Amino acid sequence: MSHHHDHTHDDDPARAEALRAEALETLLREKGIVQPEVIDAIVQRYAQDIGPMNGARVVARAWSDPAYKTRLLADGTAAIAELGFGGAQGEHIVVVENTDRVHNVVVCTLCSCYPWPVLGLPPTWYKEPAYRSRVVREPRQVLAEMGLTLDRRVEIRVWDSSSEVRYLVLPQRPAGTEPLDETELAGWVTRDSMIGVGLPQAPVTERADG
Amino acid sequence: MAERASFLDGGGPAAPPRANGELVFAAPWESRVFGIAVALQEQGLFSWDEFRQCLIAEIAAWERARGSAERDQDWSYYARWQAALETLVTRQGVCLRTDLDARARALAARPPGHDH
Repeated sequence: MSHHHDHTHDDDPARAEALRAEALETLLREKGIVQPEVIDAIVQRYAQDIGPMNGARVVARAWSDPAYKTRLLADGTAAIAELGFGGAQGEHIVVVENTDRVHNVVVCTLCSCYPWPVLGLPPTWYKEPAYRSRVVREPRQVLAEMGLTLDRRVEIRVWDSSSEVRYLVLPQRPAGTEPLDETELAGWVTRDSMIGVGLPQAPVTERADG
Repeated sequence: MAERASFLDGGGPAAPPRANGELVFAAPWESRVFGIAVALQEQGLFSWDEFRQCLIAEIAAWERARGSAERDQDWSYYARWQAALETLVTRQGVCLRTDLDARARALAARPPGHDH
């Protein structure tokens, strides 16, 4: 048994199940029976609503409660656990704060490590080589292509996730939201704003097609 | 052709866990095996009714093999889902159980660091 990676026991049932799931998916992919993008789309179709709600609650609490925000930036994992969210793997979640001068964006250059206890399932583009490699080299350009054009004076910091450390962006509270309570604020927090490729947005209260 | 999967929406022992009406995945692999099952059903490899029957059988077999204390401790809905999926995929001759076992062992032997 290795001493420096004691979280990867072979007798860990959760890990064994994850490996069986990966074994099945990779075999089916190689046989051309399933495509990863198709599975991504299905999962999003069924479950797009599960994820970012947790992260949105964390951000809304930080916007509403300065003491919570201080704890969140000091120890993200512990502050997120206060709201009842945590990972089975015990990875650390580090929260990075956007300000007028600094904009943070998250990537995993090696694969697709992602703070899923708070953000749910990673979007397909997050796992694609184009995003993973380019956002490090030319973040301003990539963000602009994704619809987020930042002032040249704003410094962009790119955070590379790993299996040990996952990053969550604390976006800036939008102007004009002062009267809103925490629950209402959570509706403004988008998944993309917590990855750093978008900004919080006013919630859509009605959908044309129901 | 997508078939309406009523058991995914309703209650009953084979229905997936939900919180506040939404599907709950405790880990990424759970969502992957969920997505694979939906994809294979949409391709017609099996019907939802076949999948549901298989899932119910896997759950029942798992429970029979355990005492009530063990059942509470080790229960994983999506582990049974995965087992049902493996049964159907191997039954249809898509791949062999031994191939799955060998692949899982090979993946387990990777150097640590970037498990998703």
